[in-house]
Amino acid sequence: MTGRAWVFGDDIDTDALAPGRYMKYAVDEIAKHCLEAIDPAFAAAVRPGDVVVGGRNFGLGSSREQAAAALRHLGVAALVAESFAGLFHRNALNLGLPALACADAKRIRPGDELRVDPQAGRIENRTTGETLACEPVPGFLLEMVRDGGLLPHLEKKLARRKGTT
Amino acid sequence: MALTLAQKLVARAAGRDAVAPGEIVTCRVDLAMMHDSGGPRRVKPMLEQLGAKVWDPAKVVVVTDHYLPATDADSRRIVEIARDWVKAAGVERFYDGEGICHVVLPERGHLRPGMFAVGGDSHSPTGGAFGAYMFGIGATEMLGVLVTGEIWLKVPHTIVIELEGALGDGLSAKDVMLFLIGRFGMDGGEYQAVEFRGAAVRGMPMQERMTLANMTAELGGQAGLVAPDATTRDYLGAAGVGEAELDVVQFERWQSDPEAPVLAHHRFDAGALAPQVAAPDSPANAAAAADHGDVRIDIAYIGACTGAKLADLRMAARVLEGRRAASGVRLMVAPASLRDQELARREGTLGVLLDAGAELLPIACGACAGYGANRLAENTVAISTTARNFKGRMGAPSSRVYLASPYTVAASAAAGRICDPREFLASRGPR
Repeated sequence: MTGRAWVFGDDIDTDALAPGRYMKYAVDEIAKHCLEAIDPAFAAAVRPGDVVVGGRNFGLGSSREQAAAALRHLGVAALVAESFAGLFHRNALNLGLPALACADAKRIRPGDELRVDPQAGRIENRTTGETLACEPVPGFLLEMVRDGGLLPHLEKKLARRKGTT
Repeated sequence: MALTLAQKLVARAAGRDAVAPGEIVTCRVDLAMMHDSGGPRRVKPMLEQLGAKVWDPAKVVVVTDHYLPATDADSRRIVEIARDWVKAAGVERFYDGEGICHVVLPERGHLRPGMFAVGGDSHSPTGGAFGAYMFGIGATEMLGVLVTGEIWLKVPHTIVIELEGALGDGLSAKDVMLFLIGRFGMDGGEYQAVEFRGAAVRGMPMQERMTLANMTAELGGQAGLVAPDATTRDYLGAAGVGEAELDVVQFERWQSDPEAPVLAHHRFDAGALAPQVAAPDSPANAAAAADHGDVRIDIAYIGACTGAKLADLRMAARVLEGRRAASGVRLMVAPASLRDQELARREGTLGVLLDAGAELLPIACGACAGYGANRLAENTVAISTTARNFKGRMGAPSSRVYLASPYTVAASAAAGRICDPREFLASRGPR
């Protein structure tokens, strides 16, 4: 997958990604306000395939998975950050959104064209020509992400179980 | 093999004699807790899509606390889904409007030492105060638990926080956590298990230990643990857990082996800690209350799972007895559970707060999560007993929220500005 980088700083929290006042609505409504406290233009300007890049502890805060779902709804293809909050990281993968921890995430500039390869754990920055290594994601989680997340993954497993009985 | 408490809890749930930090295991879940926001409203359609049923309704607890009072059609719909779903799914342990999930769960005796539990809320580490391994998960992961009864886990390392000595008067678990978050940052817990030990922890009542475990979330830990002891046993007994059931709990088993390797072991002198206040917009912006300069406040908020339990209300009342909130300060109290509110009412604690000019708000997550009617207006300055002060979380992005203990919030309400509560307690008798 290849997309433009949207670069944010450290400690991007779940209230910024999915503001509390919109939490009673469906994800399409929440997504319109995703990150508006930090960059009011983001939700309208982000394009399918783009990559959101963060600093340290991306996604800290709440368990609300709408934080990851809003990004996915906006078409964000992958997340890259120096580190992720553990709960958010699980949520992103469960929603089929690749989230790669990369020690060199701060080398990425806004608008850089990135090719993200979750399987290989690698980011190719086509703007600068750099290749950045990511922390590997365990195989069973990569398989779940490939299936589109935990829900379709479970659907597949349950269908398989039905098929064998 | 010497094991930490976290390893023992995970090993038991994984059906193993021992597990090593870093390995990935599958655990059987003893209890799954959901609330109205991340619970039925989210998992019901996914269960229907899968055509799946809940693996064991007796292991599920549902609490409504986020969208109460349901003052608009969307909130009513969300709460109604929870009410209908528990009936259809056969979930009997349903607490509707009885308090915030993290407080209701223990007060009904649902959390026991040795359990492995998940909650659909980030403050689920609260359960660790009881020597249970409990952590927060999102709705889709909860779906996985509801369908399979299992969840994967990377066996955590343990970070030991040892609090030696005793906290001074006017100090509380909230001060400890704000201090630790300020010191180590919001990712200081590295998504590992944080175990609280030491004389100051042993001396804390369960609701204070719950505050430690609860705010392990802000410290970035996956779980926050306190090994069970006589205090735990007494609390559970009072919560209605019978002697026969308590005898089954192996209190002596759920302790870290002294020689078990840990990732880090930090020791602090609890007696040296000063009341802490975290400045906007992060709990990590903690410093001694006295170091924040002259900060005038508009709102003093005593609420949330981490700041309005009976123990918290009592702290506020000790400061506010015979005093009133300063002119121009709106003092709001949203008790964390119905039971705690009633106990506070009976013993006079609530009366002290009301006499001080407090407005009593509905028992719910309320303003802490920026839900409900009491969101902070533009440019408001608030001091709050809640856990998070991210920009805009409690209301307008221009509102500024300082986090502090119930003692400090109460003292600041009386003074009209942020202050050290010890000056208010000095004239009072001992605890």
